[in-house]
Amino acid sequence: MPMNDRLSLHVPEPEVRPGDKPDFSRVEIPEAGSVRRPPEDAEAESMRDLAYSIIRVMNRDGEAVGPWAGSLSDDEIIEGLRHMMTLRAFDQRMLMAQRQGKTSFYMQHLGEEAISCAFQKALKPGDMNFPTYRQAGLLIAGGYPMVDMMNQIYSNDADPLKGRQLPVLYSARSHGFFSVSGNLGTQYIQAVGWAMASAIRQGTEISAAWIGDGSTAASDFHAALVFASTYRAPVILNIVNNQWAISTFQGIARGGSGTFAARGLGFGIPALRVDGNDYLAVHAVSQWAANRARRNGGPTLIEHVTYRAGAHSTSDDPSAYRPKEESNAWPLGDPVLRLKNHLTLRGLWSEERHRQAEAEIRAEVIAAQKEAERHGTLHAGGKPSARDMFEDVYAEMPAHLKRQRQQAGV
Amino acid sequence: MPRMTMIEAIRSAMDVSMERDDRVVVFGEDVGYFGGVFRCTQGLQQKYGRTRCFDAPISESGIVGAAIGMAAYGLKPCVEIQFADYMYPAYDQLTQEAARMRYRSNHQFTCPMVVRMPTGGGIFGGQTHSQSPEALFTHVCGLKVVVPSTPYDAKGLLIASIEDPDPVIFLEPKRLYNGPFDGHHDRPVTPWAGHPAADVPEGHFVVPLGEAATVREGSAVTIVTYGTMVHVAAAAAEETGIDAEIIDLRTLLPLDLEAITRSVRKTGRCMVLHEATLTSGFGGELAALVQEHCFYNLEGPVVRVAGWDTPYPHAQEWDYFPGPARVGQALKDMMEA
Repeated sequence: MPMNDRLSLHVPEPEVRPGDKPDFSRVEIPEAGSVRRPPEDAEAESMRDLAYSIIRVMNRDGEAVGPWAGSLSDDEIIEGLRHMMTLRAFDQRMLMAQRQGKTSFYMQHLGEEAISCAFQKALKPGDMNFPTYRQAGLLIAGGYPMVDMMNQIYSNDADPLKGRQLPVLYSARSHGFFSVSGNLGTQYIQAVGWAMASAIRQGTEISAAWIGDGSTAASDFHAALVFASTYRAPVILNIVNNQWAISTFQGIARGGSGTFAARGLGFGIPALRVDGNDYLAVHAVSQWAANRARRNGGPTLIEHVTYRAGAHSTSDDPSAYRPKEESNAWPLGDPVLRLKNHLTLRGLWSEERHRQAEAEIRAEVIAAQKEAERHGTLHAGGKPSARDMFEDVYAEMPAHLKRQRQQAGV
Repeated sequence: MPRMTMIEAIRSAMDVSMERDDRVVVFGEDVGYFGGVFRCTQGLQQKYGRTRCFDAPISESGIVGAAIGMAAYGLKPCVEIQFADYMYPAYDQLTQEAARMRYRSNHQFTCPMVVRMPTGGGIFGGQTHSQSPEALFTHVCGLKVVVPSTPYDAKGLLIASIEDPDPVIFLEPKRLYNGPFDGHHDRPVTPWAGHPAADVPEGHFVVPLGEAATVREGSAVTIVTYGTMVHVAAAAAEETGIDAEIIDLRTLLPLDLEAITRSVRKTGRCMVLHEATLTSGFGGELAALVQEHCFYNLEGPVVRVAGWDTPYPHAQEWDYFPGPARVGQALKDMMEA
């Protein structure tokens, strides 16, 4: 370390910026199948290495290998591929709808489809996700109707949230999907509280907390880890590391920590790092953590390593802060293509079946979109009543809100 | 009927609620084994066990955030922030999450939660053990805000708050924990024993939220106040001989506007009184409401008596605290105006 007379501030920078050649040489990718699978009741201390590696199942050829392979049946894997394809098709249609002015805003999942779609299959009815705005795969894979998602995005007269909430901030209690908030990180500690409640009531349900790489810097992330650790809450603490928080590269949130998963170790929480673009690996790791939580083994932290291939939102242009072709250079590839290759290799899928599935899914999404648009879009057709604006602030409307509703003439 | 201090009344409210409803859980810093730094939760852990009443890490956003998750699950958490001065790290959770849960989820998720916080000055608490942050909550739609001034009300209001389906900020004037305080800091402390409102039923009862109490009937001027200032107002009225009607709001949000307007229409004069700093304090809202609803009944401007617009000082405690002399002088000025 050089000796200086004066101090200097270190401000991390990504390796490359627009115009530079993408460079992911810093990302160490272990061979698929090479990371061990500890018993589900292993002590956190005994598996520190897993916070610094990446659990992967599908190898370069598309084979499922190693101790984490085999958590799903063939039919479930095919279903998983369809879920990811559905989410991608849904994103494409809603992006277009936003460009057409049918809604004000949208956020896509491009490149991250495996994480929420595979994770949901490790949960049981009664479990509760506390998602961010980029886990709609939990809804798709959980069987929530696409048309209700679209109604929410359009804020139309069938919007389950009565037009009160920004697009994609869904809420679906019936499907174990907690109300998404615009305030980042807040739901992470709430998930822990929910899990504590299940334990207090001696229930059987577990919860799943979700956060992005950037929001791990929020204080509620820290609070969540303290509470989860202290009370051994039955919660799965997911971090989706997609490398980017809007324009800010993950190094700004990570600092000197080797990985985000490593943050769990300081709290005595077992931490797993998984290839987020490997559907089979995400499922196996999620299942491991869910089993552990259900057996009263306490929390697990999972860092899903992935790449945000799309823009942050419809209000964002990533070419202003990162190379345009960076997503193509991402070494973990594309989750849909990888699972497709795996199934094809095993003779369970083909190019033809894929094209056919794409066509079917597109038709399903378009049908849902037509049905949603019959209820209206943001600026056209049916919309929630202005009376709905005053409801549900409280269980019972207090006098001052009744007066204001009257003033509003609704 | 048993006599209780405000501390005992608050403890009794939690005891009664935990006994009646096993979904009620109590936690916070030092709340479990030790029974709270103000003894408000003493004995609850022994009686109900560690999973119903327990100690929490020193993380206000953690305490409130976890409670929100528990409420979403179906519990009824009654959590403690050790001093209202330390609620700020939880402000995001309270204002953006608890307050809006029902609204933003179209009542799929609700937040039946109580957050207790000792509030107010008069105890040489300095800058961070004396604050009255109620206006930071009354500005937040979706919250309810309660401030008791007697043991009887403290118990009845706390039980009502725990049973309420909405999130309630329950501000406990710590100066009133052991006895009523009228601002005469130079006199010996009076205990609650002997005060009529210290007779508190042992079992279950509620004081409904949203209902003010007229604690002194009068004809000359209405004093709208809450918490410790209720007792200061009473002393000022006695000492000046001005026949003030004193309204103890008890619940600041939702507000019993009817009780205020009824009184001001009768007296024609109104003082709003609180410990919290003046500018943008809750008194501003009260004054505005009184002039909107009672303009033609008013014989003079609505007067606000409040803490100065400074951080709460230590050595200058009694120059800061709006005591009976300052309130009395303001009353006299109003009557002469």
